[in-house]
Amino acid sequence: MKDFLVLRIVAKLLIPYMLVFALYVQFHGDFGPGGGFQAGVIAAAAVIFYALIFGLPAARRMVPDGLVEAMVGLGVLLYAGVGVAGIVLGGNFLDYFVLDADPVAGQHRGIFWVEAGVGITVSGVMLKIFYMFAGRRRRARER
Amino acid sequence: MSAAAGHYSYWITVLLMVAGLYIVIARGNLVKKLIGLSIFQTSVYLLYIAPGKLIGGTAPIVAEGYAVYSNPLPHVLILTAIVVGVATLALGLAIVVRIREMYGSIEEDEILAADRDDGPDR
Amino acid sequence: MAVATVAIALQRNLFSVVILGGVYSFLMATVLVALDAVDVAMTEASVGAGISTVLLLGALYLCGGEEAKPLHRPWLPLAVSLIIVGALVYGTLGLPAFSDALAPIHVHVAPRYLLQGPIETGIPNVVTAVLASYRGFDTLGEVTVVFTAGAGVIALLRRARRRKDWESEK
Repeated sequence: MKDFLVLRIVAKLLIPYMLVFALYVQFHGDFGPGGGFQAGVIAAAAVIFYALIFGLPAARRMVPDGLVEAMVGLGVLLYAGVGVAGIVLGGNFLDYFVLDADPVAGQHRGIFWVEAGVGITVSGVMLKIFYMFAGRRRRARER
Repeated sequence: MSAAAGHYSYWITVLLMVAGLYIVIARGNLVKKLIGLSIFQTSVYLLYIAPGKLIGGTAPIVAEGYAVYSNPLPHVLILTAIVVGVATLALGLAIVVRIREMYGSIEEDEILAADRDDGPDR
Repeated sequence: MAVATVAIALQRNLFSVVILGGVYSFLMATVLVALDAVDVAMTEASVGAGISTVLLLGALYLCGGEEAKPLHRPWLPLAVSLIIVGALVYGTLGLPAFSDALAPIHVHVAPRYLLQGPIETGIPNVVTAVLASYRGFDTLGEVTVVFTAGAGVIALLRRARRRKDWESEK
């Protein structure tokens, strides 16, 4: 599809803004609608858009398979890690108020890392599923 | 008549729910069944969120100048439900792709016939 | 939305069914904004109309795009559906009316979250506060479900050459 000039130009204009918007939604989930899930999906959609216009191998070069699979597990580990940090610092599992001297700042910190973990896992999983679906026919033809 | 005005949102939900259910049980194509299932799920989201709305309220983001907020608890539940729904859809589609590769078709009748003809050790 | 659903049920070209599903999701997101559920609307629009449509199109590419003509008469499913409609409408008559401020869901826990949430967590968005802090354990479960779905899809759609090795061993 990269032979179509209009699509290529529009994609090059839009994809950076989509990624920045995903970051905005992720970190402004505290003050407006948003949060980890929406941000993860929007980030995955930006990379899927790139893959649709420029081809799956180009997208695989930009966001390699190993990175995506690592993202899938890392987010869950990050979330559980915040919970274990709560235990290590003296509270119960997933207690945020022990993460800082001021309990409200502790809540902020906990929610920041937790939402980051959610966003990483969701974008990783959506992207990996797209890679698996989109890459399948080629392997079947190799048979 | 006031019962109708007060419960109209539930009736829309029920109609969408049963429409989704009809697609699941009455159509044989597996991908269409999955789409019917997702319609069923979105109608359940409506079922939970409609009672949370207060007329004259606003979104549950606390800000200056607003006194009445809509109930935030159903929103939390439904956020989780939406993400779980898409996870289920992805897994279902992966199973459909494998069924297609194994049986060569995604129509329920043809798959059942193939199972009956070939015996259990396909 | 009802029109979109009926069209989905009757259409046989699966590509148009998928696009109609995306239309349905966008309409649902609009209704959700009208019901003040802005987080949910954003999630439904991005997940339902975005990712679901992409995944369905991917699956259609691998499966073939036309539905066969239905062989059975649809009378039994239609009758069952109508009976269920009747039963559910009768059941929902007992639920509280739309926007009833004295309904149980507005009286017990929700005011506490709306009042204490911004003070205890310092976050104006009460939905995020409840999701990440008050009910954080449920969100951990949800992230695990997403992870499991990803792992399941990887397990199901892994390379075909493994199956070929297994089949040549038989």
